[in-house]
Amino acid sequence: MKLSTAIASCLSGAALLASGWASVANASDCEPLRLGAAISLTGKYATNGIHAKNGYEFAIKKIDEAGGVNIGDKCYNFDVTYYDDESKGDRGATLAERLINQDKIQYMLGPYSSGLTKAIAPVTEKYKIPMVEAEGASRSLFNKGYKYLFAVLSTSEQYLASAVALAAEKAEEAGKDPSSVKIAVAVENDPFSLDIRAGVLEDAAKFGMKAVIDEKLPRDLSDMSAILTKVKLLKPDLLIVSGHSKGAATAVRQIGEMRINVPMIAITHCEAADVTGKFGDTANDILCSTQWAETLSYEDELFGSAANYETEFKSAYPEYGDKKVPYQTAQASAAVYVFADAFERAGTLDKEAVRDAIAATDLQTFYGAIKFSEAGNNIAKPMVLRQIQNGAYNVVAPSKFASHELNWPREAQ
Amino acid sequence: MDQIVSNISLLFEFPVVNLKILIDGLMIGALFALAAYGLALVWGVMNVKNLAQGDFVIAGGYVAWWLAGLGLPPLLGVPAAFIVMWGIGWVCYKLVISRVIERDLFTSLLATFGLAIMIAQILNLLFGSDTQSIKLPYDTIYLADGFIDIPIAKLIGVCMAAVLATGVIIFMKRSRMGQAIRATAQDARAARVMGIDTEKVYAFTFSLNSAICGAAGAIIVMVWLIQPFYGITYAIRSFVIVTAAGLGNLPGVIAAGLGIGALEQYGAHIFGIGYQQAIAVLLLLLVLVIRLIQQRRKRQSLQ
Repeated sequence: MKLSTAIASCLSGAALLASGWASVANASDCEPLRLGAAISLTGKYATNGIHAKNGYEFAIKKIDEAGGVNIGDKCYNFDVTYYDDESKGDRGATLAERLINQDKIQYMLGPYSSGLTKAIAPVTEKYKIPMVEAEGASRSLFNKGYKYLFAVLSTSEQYLASAVALAAEKAEEAGKDPSSVKIAVAVENDPFSLDIRAGVLEDAAKFGMKAVIDEKLPRDLSDMSAILTKVKLLKPDLLIVSGHSKGAATAVRQIGEMRINVPMIAITHCEAADVTGKFGDTANDILCSTQWAETLSYEDELFGSAANYETEFKSAYPEYGDKKVPYQTAQASAAVYVFADAFERAGTLDKEAVRDAIAATDLQTFYGAIKFSEAGNNIAKPMVLRQIQNGAYNVVAPSKFASHELNWPREAQ
Repeated sequence: MDQIVSNISLLFEFPVVNLKILIDGLMIGALFALAAYGLALVWGVMNVKNLAQGDFVIAGGYVAWWLAGLGLPPLLGVPAAFIVMWGIGWVCYKLVISRVIERDLFTSLLATFGLAIMIAQILNLLFGSDTQSIKLPYDTIYLADGFIDIPIAKLIGVCMAAVLATGVIIFMKRSRMGQAIRATAQDARAARVMGIDTEKVYAFTFSLNSAICGAAGAIIVMVWLIQPFYGITYAIRSFVIVTAAGLGNLPGVIAAGLGIGALEQYGAHIFGIGYQQAIAVLLLLLVLVIRLIQQRRKRQSLQ
């Protein structure tokens, strides 16, 4: 009896192994389908550039394991040629030319940051190369009439705009008119953050709110006490800060030191700056915008649920073990998924047909719904606001996906 | 324009804010002064304008941050960064600076510029491009109804900067090496004739500069934050301060450092924080113009 079960388990183990071998063999039978990407592996965007690259590679591996991309009766595997753009726009544009002209790349994945995407998009547009990008959120990318640029993420003016609505809601609950809400805005002087500012001010104008502070942060910010002193004097009801990870780190550090007591504080790049790890309780009750969170109830066939993506990604990349998987990684994976889906629907390697298939994308993914507007931005996925509650990121808005109640007003820590 | 007017009126409406701005400015100015002090040393003694000054500061910050991560008490990071950066400065001198010291201005500028890029990228590759800081377990003192906040960590940092600066001044005045450095600065050839090993003096001076920068960086990482590409901020300030104060005028350097810190904070309050660096550069321009007018009064012959 014992022997037979042992044999049986051995056999099934062997069968499993064999099937494993078979699928690997299958995948390696597939022809390579070449994509190109200029991405920041060095320079100031290196951290997020590498997050994005890992996201691309993880999705490619998953697609490979699931049998590759089936176009017609042939199967393909993505093979990406990467170049390092050194976080510089001119370098990115040169490398895009090189990918297209020398390496004969027909399809591109995006770089990291709006600035780099802005530099590369005119090149891909010139050569009519479809590019699905995951890391450029500036809305200025989508008013130029580009036909070959597609972005899976929400545009940047939506990042913190929902905080304005939330502040209005809270004012009403407290029996005050939303127009009495005073807003302080401090954003970096770059396309991405200026979009955030525009989105916030537009929404604030709708409610008749007044911006009492409206300042631009310098690129090499390490001290914003000048702004925070004004915040102390003018007592706004909502403080908005956006300046990539250095903005988040500087803001949280000095908000704690200076005991800034604003009922609602909303910032970007909380996770990238690791504000909970570095500043502990000081970060509590701060609102953080995110494109994606692993607690959301999105799912798809390839990656499973958002939570499943997180677990599988972590086991593939153990260096993320004790961190959250950043949304930059998730959206990069989603971009590869969009390509795979479009190729299969197009059923051909013809560039124009693939471009049209991408434009017609209507996909549910672990990252959220993806459907492109005429301009190429994703209009199906909302931005999410999370609040740091006792060191944990809890979704509080939009209410449809909210898992926790908003703590309001924020107490000075 | 409205914003500027309302910002100025805030200064009068809440006079205590002036004090707050001044304190913040002097604190950051103390660290600018420290980096500038090292620059003045190298500039004066070796006639090398070190464009990598700011990157030495940031490198020192990363040394302290890295050691703190390994469990070293953060305050010990300052002497540790001083020692480690001394070594790195010495290596830089032997590898690069010693070869360009006799060359023209342009060569040494290019060499130190290259050094700056190298250091920034090496830090980026080693530690990543995220911002880093050390959080010290100390409280903050609140004065004037909470308007003025002085984190004890900042206070400790400024005190350390003061101790270091005094130490270096005494060292330069009293010690044998200090005398040799000053002699070399006055006339390197004469110093050589008098038996001073100027090569050794140069190596010592450059290492000392690097060590001072390192200590400044270690203080900065405790009080503000650092990132591999933040060096330029400190390099620009150092140049402004040294140009304003002149070489060989160490008390002047300290005064100019504190002054620029305070003026920048005022500028940031009135015109917006985005113009903080512009104000530093504007000050440099102003200083240069004034210097030029001063020089014109002197009678000078063509050499």
